[in-house]
Amino acid sequence: MANSGSTAAARTAAPSRTSWRPRAGYAQTLGAGAFLALLILYNALFNGDVFLNTQSLRLNLTQVAPIVIVAVGMTLVVATGGIDLSVGSVMAIAGAIAPLIFLSDASLLTLPFVGGALAYAVPVLIAGLFGLFNGWLVTAFRLQPIIATLVLFVAGRGVAQVITDGRLQSFREPDWQFIGLGRVFGVPFQAILMLCVVGVAAWGMRSTTFGRYVLAIGGNAAAARLAGVPVGRVTAAVYAISGLLAGLAGLIVIAINSSSDANQVGLNMELDAIAAVAVGGTSLMGGRATVVGTLIGALIIQLIRFTLLTQGVGDAVARVVTAAAIVVGVLVQRRRTP
Amino acid sequence: MVTTTDVRGDRQARSWDWVGSRLQQQGALLALVALLALGWARYGDDGFVSSYNLVSALRYNAMFALIALGMTFVLITGGIDLSVGGVAVLASVVAAELSPAGLWPGVTGAILVGVAVGLVNGGLVAGFGIQPFIVTLATLLAARGLALILAGNEAAPVDFESNFLQLDRIVGGVSLAVIIAAIAYVAGSILLNLTRFGRHLLALGGNEEAARLAGLPVARTLVAVYALSGGLAGLTGAILAAQTFTGNPNEAVGWELSAIAAVVVGGTLLTGGVGSVWTTLVGVLLLGLIINLLGFENLDPYWQNVIRGGFLLVVVVLQRRLTERRGSRRIA
Repeated sequence: MANSGSTAAARTAAPSRTSWRPRAGYAQTLGAGAFLALLILYNALFNGDVFLNTQSLRLNLTQVAPIVIVAVGMTLVVATGGIDLSVGSVMAIAGAIAPLIFLSDASLLTLPFVGGALAYAVPVLIAGLFGLFNGWLVTAFRLQPIIATLVLFVAGRGVAQVITDGRLQSFREPDWQFIGLGRVFGVPFQAILMLCVVGVAAWGMRSTTFGRYVLAIGGNAAAARLAGVPVGRVTAAVYAISGLLAGLAGLIVIAINSSSDANQVGLNMELDAIAAVAVGGTSLMGGRATVVGTLIGALIIQLIRFTLLTQGVGDAVARVVTAAAIVVGVLVQRRRTP
Repeated sequence: MVTTTDVRGDRQARSWDWVGSRLQQQGALLALVALLALGWARYGDDGFVSSYNLVSALRYNAMFALIALGMTFVLITGGIDLSVGGVAVLASVVAAELSPAGLWPGVTGAILVGVAVGLVNGGLVAGFGIQPFIVTLATLLAARGLALILAGNEAAPVDFESNFLQLDRIVGGVSLAVIIAAIAYVAGSILLNLTRFGRHLLALGGNEEAARLAGLPVARTLVAVYALSGGLAGLTGAILAAQTFTGNPNEAVGWELSAIAAVVVGGTLLTGGVGSVWTTLVGVLLLGLIINLLGFENLDPYWQNVIRGGFLLVVVVLQRRLTERRGSRRIA
């Protein structure tokens, strides 16, 4: 894991993790993984008839994929010691823009592929710009991230509602909806997309200078700045990435639903994403992050919900249990870190 | 906050200092006055500033005023309470379920539920040192879940035969809820400015470690402040039930963030150690009345959130600028 090419700056900021014990501090992720294994085992043994079939496996993967994709972006933001409350609203914005493009009658957009490709690219890029806006507020004005992203949390859904006039946009575009409904060798496409996002982010955090910078900023922003880390640019980039991923998740959600409702897309997503990050073992103080842990955290929350629902316990109880899981996750984390 | 003594005694710098700090603290009040003047100029005596409109706006915003009051206390300690919206709906369901027994059981039950959630928040924050953000996020989820369980996944109706709806009756021209909120603000101001508890809160928010070393009862104060915020959210829930005639588990979405926005707009800093309950009241009225005025403008309701967000943005950026200027002056 030690990236021999990493700069001295990053090495000073995170000394314990460039040395011979790269996995130190990730005990909670192991614990979370063990708990996930127990959940899977329990479902396989006592809940097998509903759990162990392709349909419910697909269902679980379909439901968890947008959460994981958003939570990966959230992991990076949290790693810098920040938080992004605006992800749900940004999802709604991307979800509102895409149908406007692929349903448009403009001659250019009706050409094969052009309309569809633009309907992927433009909303995601706009979502990225909104993320960059968050990053600009955090870096240029040194606003607390919770307040800076609260602005877009409030305004963003309004923007999506204004774009669509508050109307539900229904559509049937099988080609475009591949992102939410398509399958590759029987696996939902968004699950593959999710694994790609997790893989790239995990590699980026472990093996690139950028990943080291992110952790250095979360560990001690002042020290990182003095050590020559471009704190402003990296922080802004992290919020932009969170926006891009939220936009992508918004497209997946509207593709699954075959409709885009600015009032509903991404509602409460910030809570789900933060929960996944906390349960997975990323330190909410910043400076220590695990993307794979976030994947595990999201899967745990998804499986708890699935288990309780299939046991005939309502969604309400599942929420209470999720809340308990968050607290236990953070308590364990608290114990492990001095 | 840097508080080096101004050795040079530069009079001009100090007067700018004073203007900046007044603006930061009272800017919201100026904006509120400007808003009322604008509304009066555009719509005359019978429109925006008519007593009918203002009374109904106050009635609705009394609820935000109560949660924002609790939030102010929590923010002063440097914490945050995201659970208030969930607590309010849980309490509204409890109040609706208890409403056949009458006004007092309903209100008491709602407040007690709020205090109970607040004690859990405070216990986890003070006892285990978990960040307030994550603790209250979890109790937000849990309180909403409990509300759904209690109400059986539907809205619990309030008993119309009982005297519970008296909670929203008109007294002296305004809703009783408004009077309750006014009393709460007076009590809150006394609590913050004139009691030992208030001193402890400010000290704790200024520097928790120093407060601990000075022998202040840090844990007890923290638990008390979250219980207070929970209790006020519970009272809000009872009023919500009385105003909507139901305890609806799906109400009050995003109230926690509205409350934080109101406190911030008022001028309380999120870094803790400073704050005033009256500026919070101004912030609540300002944000509430802006939306009310927009209703007169026949603006598409979807613009409301955009404008609310834009307004929040302007305020926090301006505040940041003003506090930074003061900070740099003091160092220089």
